[in-house]
Amino acid sequence: MSRSPYLSSAPSVSIIMVKVMLALVPAIAAYVWVFGAGILVMLALASITALAAEALMLKLRNRPIKPFLMDGSALLTAWLLALSLPPLAPWWLVVVGTFFAIVIAKQLYGGLGYNPFNPAMVGYAVLLISFPVIMTHWPAPLELAQAKLSLANQLQYIFGTTNGLSLDAVSMATPLDYLKTQLTLHHSVQEITAAPQFGLLGAKGGELVVGAYLLGGLYLLQQRLITWHLPTAFLSVLALMAGAFYLVDATHYAHPLFHLFTGASMLGAFFIITDPVSGPTTPKGKLVFAAGIAVLTYLIRVYGGYPDGVAFSVLLMNMCVPLIDAWTQPRVFGHKK
Amino acid sequence: MNALINIVKQGLGLGSVAVNGGVHPPEHKQESTTQAIGQLPLPKRLVLPLRQHVGNLPKVLVAVGDKVLKGQLLAEAEGNISAAIHAPTSGTITAIEDALIPHPSGLPDRCITIAVDGKDEWIALAPSDWRKEDKTKLLESLRNSGIVGLGGAAFPTQVKLRTNAKSHVDTLVINAAECEPYITCDDMLMRERADQILKGVEIAQYLLGAKECLIGIEDNKPEAAEAMRLACAISPLSKLVTLKVVVVPTQYPSGDARQLIRLLTGIEVPADKRSTDVGLQCFNVATVLALHRYFDFGEPALSRIVTITGNVKTPANFEVLFGTPITDLVKAGGGALEDTNDYIMGGPMMGFSLPSVDVPITKAANCIIASAPNLFAPAPPAMPCIRCARCADVCPVSLQPQELYWFSKSSNLEKARDYNLFDCIECGCCTYACPSNIPLVQYYRFAKSEIIAQDRAKEAADLARERNEFRLMRIEREKQERAEKHAQKAVGAKAEAAKTESAPETEASDDASIAAKKAAIAAAIERAKVQKAAAVPQNVADAKPAVQAEIAEIDARREAAKQAVSELAGDNTPSTQDKK
Repeated sequence: MSRSPYLSSAPSVSIIMVKVMLALVPAIAAYVWVFGAGILVMLALASITALAAEALMLKLRNRPIKPFLMDGSALLTAWLLALSLPPLAPWWLVVVGTFFAIVIAKQLYGGLGYNPFNPAMVGYAVLLISFPVIMTHWPAPLELAQAKLSLANQLQYIFGTTNGLSLDAVSMATPLDYLKTQLTLHHSVQEITAAPQFGLLGAKGGELVVGAYLLGGLYLLQQRLITWHLPTAFLSVLALMAGAFYLVDATHYAHPLFHLFTGASMLGAFFIITDPVSGPTTPKGKLVFAAGIAVLTYLIRVYGGYPDGVAFSVLLMNMCVPLIDAWTQPRVFGHKK
Repeated sequence: MNALINIVKQGLGLGSVAVNGGVHPPEHKQESTTQAIGQLPLPKRLVLPLRQHVGNLPKVLVAVGDKVLKGQLLAEAEGNISAAIHAPTSGTITAIEDALIPHPSGLPDRCITIAVDGKDEWIALAPSDWRKEDKTKLLESLRNSGIVGLGGAAFPTQVKLRTNAKSHVDTLVINAAECEPYITCDDMLMRERADQILKGVEIAQYLLGAKECLIGIEDNKPEAAEAMRLACAISPLSKLVTLKVVVVPTQYPSGDARQLIRLLTGIEVPADKRSTDVGLQCFNVATVLALHRYFDFGEPALSRIVTITGNVKTPANFEVLFGTPITDLVKAGGGALEDTNDYIMGGPMMGFSLPSVDVPITKAANCIIASAPNLFAPAPPAMPCIRCARCADVCPVSLQPQELYWFSKSSNLEKARDYNLFDCIECGCCTYACPSNIPLVQYYRFAKSEIIAQDRAKEAADLARERNEFRLMRIEREKQERAEKHAQKAVGAKAEAAKTESAPETEASDDASIAAKKAAIAAAIERAKVQKAAAVPQNVADAKPAVQAEIAEIDARREAAKQAVSELAGDNTPSTQDKK
């Protein structure tokens, strides 16, 4: 009989997902501006793969297909993964990564709401470990590239019809990567960042994309789709960590702003670590989780074997979520701590 | 952003004035506040459920066929926590039987039906000069006032006004928050009868001995707050104690007693204590007004203000006699619009669907909402929880609803209890905020009732086991006692036998003639035989091995004694000769 409350205010899950994708639009636009329209093809490939994989798995698992395809979570995972990959990666890389993210990391754990790990980051980590060379071959921003790539050229790269033309001709090391390798050659940070791929704060061109992520993140905050805890804790701890090292030795450690504006910092802060399913739920837990990711990310960037560390850090901290949640239960009304 | 502001505020020690979390649904209060409180015409028939309050069922004092007058006691309070029922108007009792009552279960319960005679004839009223009366006497008389909490909880008011050494009340909180959407009965009551409410506050203050009276009103009722402020200013109470109207931000559920107490006083009543343990007591505005009517006029609880709103032509408030069919109220509200498909008692956040629109208005009925699909859309099918924690953000008691949901869903009841399930006030904020449309509160209600049922079952099982263990122990003890009794009897018999047997021996060893000896021995043998026959119990087989061994030993000795006697009887033994 009783089914109170009779009222509901919440946006549905699909509305939330759509709004998050909307928040990604400025970054996608910046991407097109900086790297060319190839990214749109990558997004489309990832989207189709994600929807097909999701539908297939729902069918195999005997779940209703329509409501779960409509919830938008698979599409969002696809977009986040596509935006994490080099924009001119071969088509099968996107397909394999997305397929892995949806089938293994999401559906095999029980689908929406049940995956302990961030599906996009699982897909990314699998690709990075399996195909490290392709994954670190980022095309140079159009303004720096020796040969300007038309959309047709970009499609040739994506679909492997370049007739022997190597990606090397148009790619260059990302700033994080370049910094890492050059530091081992005993150059100072100041010398290294004088290279053409460095911009004002981070990567030339890439800065624009990062700024667009920040803009989208502020929209998410304004829409109350995420709380301030995760991005604030992540960015501030990353900056503090980098700042401390920078103060100790500015020739070997990059400026904190460089760390905030390169790599996956902004994308991670607002779109990756804010995945609710695989993250903690308590306010304090969110702070701990985000701080942990920031520390690990910095350590991997500086001491690890990979140029960036957001994906691995997120996955490592995903494992700690149940413990973090149990530890950070808020005080209940009328209870002592 | 609000969370950030709150954290900054709390960090600076300023505290926050709003409810922790909470929600602010569309208020829909203005629809039913356009006209004054109306009066319903006398209905033809009143159906008074005996269970209109929390606690024991009252004891029925009338029988079918009795003529009753308005205000007459029909059923008296039974036991400590109970409330009386009175005749809301004059008429004849036509039935005392089970009928449908407004309850979420939809099950019928015992009701008294009165055929209304239309005369509305009062009993002799006995107002009391309460300021001069002894408090214990006043409280005793309040037992049969029929007054219960009119905010919706329906807890007998007489219980809440009793104070003792352990629970002294310094601050009286008057709950006028009326935080649920749609409901306006308290709002209208304050606008129109603020002076009467203040008279009720005087009585409650007098009975409790409170030094401070705080009236909490949400800021969406400025007219009511103004009326109350004026009434406070002219109330004689303002000269005796601190008397204040406190306006709180409109944020559901600020009207929850513990939430309102925190808003007004900053005190968080500990979860395992009552508010009186920390010197506070809380009453709804309509409840204190009922106190005024009872003491100053002698009128018991016969009616209340009820809001009729939602999908009706003219939403409004009416003073309704208890027992009035809800159909009458709907009619008074201009009738339900065509697409009405349900009636809700209470507000849209915590109310429940009525089993029928013919059920009566009870003491807890503050609002009736005619519901339609366009008003309250049926909830879409639930999606999986995505752990977004919106529910946790809005939970006024800072629970983790998403965790409680997992535990309740998987029937992991122990864990649900560990995560403070029983602190949940079922306000519905979590469900309201859930993007996956999960009926969270339903899960908690289910888990709570499961846990309570399990606890009861466990208690019953423990009791049964204890009883059975005691019974087995008693049987064993009785058996043992019986065996011991038998054994004692046997030992006693043996001792007797031994005594009589040894007697002739000594006599013989003295100086008696052989003939005399023989006669004595023969007699002794005879006696021993008789005694043996009597002494050997028929049920030695039942006795424990130890007892049996003892009996066997006794038998053996007896046999030896017999032997000795027969030897004596034959010829003089050297020993006896020596003695000679």
